[in-house]
Amino acid sequence: MSVAPTAIYLDHQATTPVDPRVLDAMLPWFSETFGNAHSEQHAWGRQAAEAVEFAREKVAALIGAQAREVVFTSGATESNNLAIKGAVRFALRHGRGKHVITAVSEHKCVLESCEALTEDGADVTVLPVDGEGFVDPGAVESAIREDTVLVSIMAVNNEIGVIQPLAEIGAICRENGVLLHTDAAQAAGKIELDVNAMNIDLLSISGHKMYAPKGIGALYVRRRPRARILAEISGGGQERGFRSGTLPVPLTVALGEAAAVAQVEMTGEGKRLAELRARMVARLREKLGAVTLNGSMDRRVPGNLNIGFAGVDAEALMAELPELAISTGSACTSASVEPSYVLKALDLSDAEAGSAVRIGFGRFTTLGEVDAAADMIVKAVKNQRSGNSVRAAE
Amino acid sequence: MGIYLDHNATTPVRPEVAEAMMAALAQTGNASSVHRFGRLARRGVDDAREAVAALAGTTADRVVFTSGGTEANNSALRGTERRAFVSAVEHDSVLSARADATVLPVDSTGSIDLDGLRDALNAASEPVLVSVMYANNETGVVQPVSEVVSLAREFGALVHCDAIQAAGKLPLSMEDLGVDLLSLSAHKIGGPQGVGALLVRPDLDLDPLVRGGGQERRRRAGTENVPGIVGFGTAARLADVGTGQFAAVGELRSSMEAQLLENVPDAVLYGIEAERLPNTSCIGLPGVTGEMQVMTLDLAGIAVSAGSACSSGKVTPSHVLHAMGQDDDAARSAIRVSFGRDTRKVEIERFVEVWTQMAQRRNHENQARRSVA
Repeated sequence: MSVAPTAIYLDHQATTPVDPRVLDAMLPWFSETFGNAHSEQHAWGRQAAEAVEFAREKVAALIGAQAREVVFTSGATESNNLAIKGAVRFALRHGRGKHVITAVSEHKCVLESCEALTEDGADVTVLPVDGEGFVDPGAVESAIREDTVLVSIMAVNNEIGVIQPLAEIGAICRENGVLLHTDAAQAAGKIELDVNAMNIDLLSISGHKMYAPKGIGALYVRRRPRARILAEISGGGQERGFRSGTLPVPLTVALGEAAAVAQVEMTGEGKRLAELRARMVARLREKLGAVTLNGSMDRRVPGNLNIGFAGVDAEALMAELPELAISTGSACTSASVEPSYVLKALDLSDAEAGSAVRIGFGRFTTLGEVDAAADMIVKAVKNQRSGNSVRAAE
Repeated sequence: MGIYLDHNATTPVRPEVAEAMMAALAQTGNASSVHRFGRLARRGVDDAREAVAALAGTTADRVVFTSGGTEANNSALRGTERRAFVSAVEHDSVLSARADATVLPVDSTGSIDLDGLRDALNAASEPVLVSVMYANNETGVVQPVSEVVSLAREFGALVHCDAIQAAGKLPLSMEDLGVDLLSLSAHKIGGPQGVGALLVRPDLDLDPLVRGGGQERRRRAGTENVPGIVGFGTAARLADVGTGQFAAVGELRSSMEAQLLENVPDAVLYGIEAERLPNTSCIGLPGVTGEMQVMTLDLAGIAVSAGSACSSGKVTPSHVLHAMGQDDDAARSAIRVSFGRDTRKVEIERFVEVWTQMAQRRNHENQARRSVA
């Protein structure tokens, strides 16, 4: 099995290709200049350690942090686990509270991390989102209690791309002495993030959502005022004790390079993606009439579209489009046949949620691909609606 | 750049591994996505799972990919509410995973004290988890894992085995050993850093360390590190211990150790009485700290380590040598030399030369000091 050269990849919220510049930066660190970054007593190790620290600075710069506030992890899932379980378990251990606030549209790993904490005696409040997908900062404020430790609200939703009002939530958290964690896996490198301006204490980053490879991520951990967390993985005491384990040097170098590239190109790339998305929507509307756009179109990352086609089953639609990579929601749950819980949280009916697909545009998406993909979708939707669907034989 | 004799810290990625990873890095796809890009990624992961299972002498359904050996060890130790019994020479990632662990003594060769284990198992009110490594990262000493398993079975205990240093160097069979959990790391066998595996008996109930997302049969959440896993699989396939590459390394080690003892009669070789990994030598030079030895060798372009890489920033004596009954001075004056399968005789000869000169300088300095006094 291989991917046909004609296949079009529009699933950039699931994962992104590795940018060739990122690949070039990481390659030498596999075998030419390999080393364990913790073996600082010999030249191989020192060289690896220098590369890691250089990468750390670049990641920090992307979010307005200091290098020593960046902890490398294996990815955003681990970062989210570490931030949430780490912060609340630290508080539980030291009698500093036991309550965590999150929202219904968060990524599974955030929700499951919170749920795991209930076994430790923590209380969890899960806030709703409005019809556009937003968390109400006022609701966050009302939910804060004496014993609230942490608020975890994502920066950008993985299914509908909406940008949460983090700065407002951050101000509320700071005022109330509560930590703010944000899952920025879909936001880092795509929108401006400033941990100081937004009063963010913990922030998760994923490499493979920003054109670096899979297997690398980061957690920002504020030093002043200090965000206290308990390590989830202990051992050699690497990453200042927050996260033990040999650092993957090539992957940290890759994340650093990806951050540097994104920082420079973010604004221009955002405009380009917004145009591609507008073109896709216009083309679909022109040929299909009414379509449903799920989630706010105003405050949303430009690379994301979540679109419903009335009367069409999204799974059947995708089955008809083997050469087009789109999705019906988060990749982590894409094997599931349940309608998306994120769309359900927007008050969509099962049928409405079941008719929606996520289309994710990315750095290497071309105008020609967008047009071709739109035409493929139009044809498949029409087939579905007329009952002429031909399930692709594979 | 020089002579790299620190393969227990990390190994260079093998060319075939790099090639396989390049191909995987050129593919876009989340292995959990149902579309063609996703299924292609999934296939890479599945193939690697087979290869890693074969390396450990077991079946693919036991393999849970992790971000590395440390995570695998933490997952094993923290995944159960059972009390943990760990040997005193375990890696820090095992020793520190459970603050409430009972530490079991080893004898002077570094081998776990089986009578001590039996007493501890006997005294335990409930079935426990025993964690014992296959081979030690600092001394290379191989533990009697099968005996540990037999004992554990008598008392209904589970056994976890950290096989990170042994995999690819010694024949390894999870089935024959009978352990319930086994940890592996890719970058110790010519694979990439940032990927490892915990092998878990399928019926074992284990609380996942990283949650959220149904990956790895719900045992480890997070988007699969496809290129890393593909690299691990390739390295596992190449790490065929049957070819005897490491037996040749063992011969080089024997002749090196004989040479060191001949040149420097008071050199100490730790664990030499026990069965060891063929590539590892833990060498003591009385009167010269490990740090000083490592620095001197580094200036000569030779990389070795004082203890494990993880703790090499710290100036603490080796907990492994302590556990073997060595005092602070001895535990501070040892280095670890670890060969790779491609380490050449001429490189080892150069190491012997530099190390011997260092020992001789020490003798001269001691003499000078004595004559001044």
